[in-house]
Amino acid sequence: MMEHIRTPKVENVRLIDRTAPRKAMVGTLYLSATHTIFVENNPETRRETWVLHSMVASVERPPTTPSGSHLVVHTKNFQVVQLLIPQERDAMDVQASLARLSRPEKYSELYCLSINPNANKEEREESWSFLDLQADYRRMGVPNNLWVSTPANSEYRVCDTYPSELFVPKSATPPVIVGSSKFRSRGRLPVLTYFHQDTLAAICRCSQPLSGFSARSQEDEQMLEAIMKSNPGSDYIYVVDTRPKLNAMANRAAGKGYENEDHYANIKLQFIGIENIHVMRNSQQKISDVGELKTPSMGDFLWGLESSGWLKHIKAVLDAGVFIAKAVAEEGISVVVHCSDGWDRTAQACSVASVLLEPYYRTMKGLMLLIERDWVSFGHKFSHRYNHLEGDPKEVSPVIDQFLECVWQLSEQFPCAFEFNERFLVQLHRHVYSCQYGNFLGNSQKERRDMGLRERTHSLWPQLWKDRAQYANPLYRADHTQTQGILRPNTTPYCFK
Amino acid sequence: MEFSEHIKTANVEDVVLRRPFHPPMQGTLCVTGHHLLFSNRDGDSSRLVLLLLRNIDAIEKRPSVSSGTITLKCKDLCVLQLDIPGMEECLNIARSIEYLSSLDIVSDMYPFFYRPLKLSLQDQWGLSSPEQNYAQMEELQDRWRLSHVNKDYSVCPSYPPAVIVPHSIDDETLVKVAKFRQGGRFPVLCYYHRKNGMVIMRSSQPLTGANRKRCREDELLLQAVIDGSGLGYIIDTRSNQQAQQARMTGGGFESKSSYSCWKRLHRQLERGKVLQESLIKLVEACGDHSHSVDRWLSKLENSKWLSHVHTALATAGLLAECVERDGHSVLVHGSEGTDATLLVSSLAQLILDPNTRTLDGFLGLLEREWLLAGHPFQHRCAHSAYSHARLRLEAPVFVLLLDCVWQLARQFPLAMGFSEPLLLRLAREVYASDYGTFLCNSDQERCAAGVKERTHCLFQFLLKPSEREHYSNPLYEPTELAIWPSIQPQSLQLWRGLFLRWTQHAVHLEKAQEELRNLVIECRGAS
Repeated sequence: MMEHIRTPKVENVRLIDRTAPRKAMVGTLYLSATHTIFVENNPETRRETWVLHSMVASVERPPTTPSGSHLVVHTKNFQVVQLLIPQERDAMDVQASLARLSRPEKYSELYCLSINPNANKEEREESWSFLDLQADYRRMGVPNNLWVSTPANSEYRVCDTYPSELFVPKSATPPVIVGSSKFRSRGRLPVLTYFHQDTLAAICRCSQPLSGFSARSQEDEQMLEAIMKSNPGSDYIYVVDTRPKLNAMANRAAGKGYENEDHYANIKLQFIGIENIHVMRNSQQKISDVGELKTPSMGDFLWGLESSGWLKHIKAVLDAGVFIAKAVAEEGISVVVHCSDGWDRTAQACSVASVLLEPYYRTMKGLMLLIERDWVSFGHKFSHRYNHLEGDPKEVSPVIDQFLECVWQLSEQFPCAFEFNERFLVQLHRHVYSCQYGNFLGNSQKERRDMGLRERTHSLWPQLWKDRAQYANPLYRADHTQTQGILRPNTTPYCFK
Repeated sequence: MEFSEHIKTANVEDVVLRRPFHPPMQGTLCVTGHHLLFSNRDGDSSRLVLLLLRNIDAIEKRPSVSSGTITLKCKDLCVLQLDIPGMEECLNIARSIEYLSSLDIVSDMYPFFYRPLKLSLQDQWGLSSPEQNYAQMEELQDRWRLSHVNKDYSVCPSYPPAVIVPHSIDDETLVKVAKFRQGGRFPVLCYYHRKNGMVIMRSSQPLTGANRKRCREDELLLQAVIDGSGLGYIIDTRSNQQAQQARMTGGGFESKSSYSCWKRLHRQLERGKVLQESLIKLVEACGDHSHSVDRWLSKLENSKWLSHVHTALATAGLLAECVERDGHSVLVHGSEGTDATLLVSSLAQLILDPNTRTLDGFLGLLEREWLLAGHPFQHRCAHSAYSHARLRLEAPVFVLLLDCVWQLARQFPLAMGFSEPLLLRLAREVYASDYGTFLCNSDQERCAAGVKERTHCLFQFLLKPSEREHYSNPLYEPTELAIWPSIQPQSLQLWRGLFLRWTQHAVHLEKAQEELRNLVIECRGAS
């Protein structure tokens, strides 16, 4: 990494506070293998500002002025650091170094993998066993006489982006499992993600069927039927396609699409209409631009907010969760959720529904587990979506950001219902991007296993748990009416902050 | 006033009442001169719902063959429905409500009849007096004096009987100045900044007119204000253009040539119809449950309510900066000096003066800067956002003040000694009240109507030991510092507690507030 640093140290740099531009701090700028560090000259305070390279989203150099060259660093968690460097040469060097350092080409360049794996070996190994995903399934009451664990994917041979432990209906035989996976995009067949003990209804997730205009798969139809049968309380299931109907229909031309109600017995199809990753990426860019307007009027701000569409998307995700939660808890009907590939909008909808349904997921450990299951184990493409390595910019999108924001909106509506505070969510968001820990590296469980992450990095979860006093919500009461049972949020537009 | 003349049907049975947060209730409806009473006997228990008729902003009736539904839209934004059996009864009730909810004569209004057992008319009315306020501020006494030139309200009908003016200016001068200012509202002191001896003065516009008249006495008075400091600021709550145009109708502004030591700053604050329309649009947006985020945001923006909050806080911040950071005295005025002027001067005081942030201090601020200062409450709060009546002088300036105070309290949760329930209570009382505090348009009118002798004082009631607990902020930590609000749009939020008060949303937030209270009380008890 050091070879990418052209200038490790620059003196007489000014750190400009964008809210008080006349009050700039003068100090020295350092570039290390992992961070950019600004140290104030003031001998009394010597205040330090650290920015992790992996958090850097962009480094801009506006035209040079008589007072020097500016560098504007935007981070992935919306921090803006503005520096004034006296020599243009230095500014160019810093910009080039940072540009390379913040866009690693290999995983081994990342912070979490640059540490010595043998230091704190025991601590590291222990950190990975802090959360037990299987224990959470057991807490939900799975496996039971309706749902069983299948070894079919133990070597990731059925689906290489799914976890090795899958739960399927008891009546689903191996041929059905394999056949269904062949009929689903990326092999992502319908499997269990949440079981509601009170009503015996379940949430299953998958990807779009490869149905095109007329293709059918007996095994896939049997799979959905098995899912329906594993809920004795109902004789049909919902299939929730989280895409806008038009997009889903367009996919049929590419040999994919959605479930035909005529072919699948006893399903009710429901389109939710969450937009795709490209729309979301643009939306976030727009809203972050609004945040950077110099002196916006109230009108500018509200208009910018509206035209970004961001809150509209948040509402769509929340509405999806509400629909699923209602179906499972109030109607007692199982739900199969998918989008296109079943790793973005599906993850959002299922995890929001879980938060609404289950008080446990509103605790710190619970939320960590939920993320570990619905996002990490089920193959959400973290490294692609959050730009851990230099890659395709079209793959980048604030998907988990939206989930975290939904949780935040819920916590604002129900201030007593969550064990954690806003800082917890902000910290989670940060670490999705920071690559300081190994949890979110790679794009699937298999990839992580192949990279040997457990042997080479630390897990974030025990560290968060250690700091839990900072993240506790003082208004949380486990026995409060707001905390128990199901959350029924109001998703009227004025409820969104 | 014989109320019974207007009540043809006084009682109806088997009426169904629908209101927020409760299931529909069946019972007996009763109309009195000032109230609607609804009583429901369910087995052993009986429940009574009381609604002050004055609180009703608009009434819609839908009569059908044998019955009718009356929808009552209240000034506190609550919407109720009554299903009344019998079309004639329904129409009679509606007619009574229409008449009795918009009484014009002050002495007919409920505060003159409200006689609760626990309060006595002999109790002190009001928190303080100009004399007491002046006596408490020893530091200003060598340069400022209390003048009783207005003791019979003849010099300025909307001012209190005693005002604070510079020592060197005698009463005769004041009389001449009053003739040069709209409504007789000559410049008076409203705030003295202890830290540097600078002051905030307020007034109305000078009547320079198209001929650019001058008034030596007015110039003398203003000169006396900045004596020793060399420079003063005038914050005109009209745009430059509006101030120029005011000359055509006899008003004007302080020109540089006549007032050379004063620097004029213009900040346009809306008032009157514009504000009322803004409120109407906002309330309409909040009542629209359509499920589109775009529509909501666009309606919110279109109402411009948050823009008014923004401008008010920005101007108050500017005023406070002039006094504390620049170290100069300020004169603030608009046209009439009874709306935007008072809004800005009170907010600036909250920013600068920790004493106005305690529960007592805040009510005292309202008493001085709104009640005694002559804000025309009766005109401004005759109707709220739902009313179909032709609007005359209505404007939610006081509600705007409360909203701005709420924004301050939200940005500085430890700085205010009072809590949101106080602001919500005041927002309701100003439109419809059992108390006489917000009646009339000036101190003179209140005296003439005998408000102080024949009604009860709201502020005294709120400060009673049994009540103040509810209105105090458990997180309050006194500080000597000024509080500078952020006026970036992201920092200003819709006051959901007021505008969405009657939605389920508000219930959860209330629960959270209660939880917070209990927590703090526990902590304080333990330590």
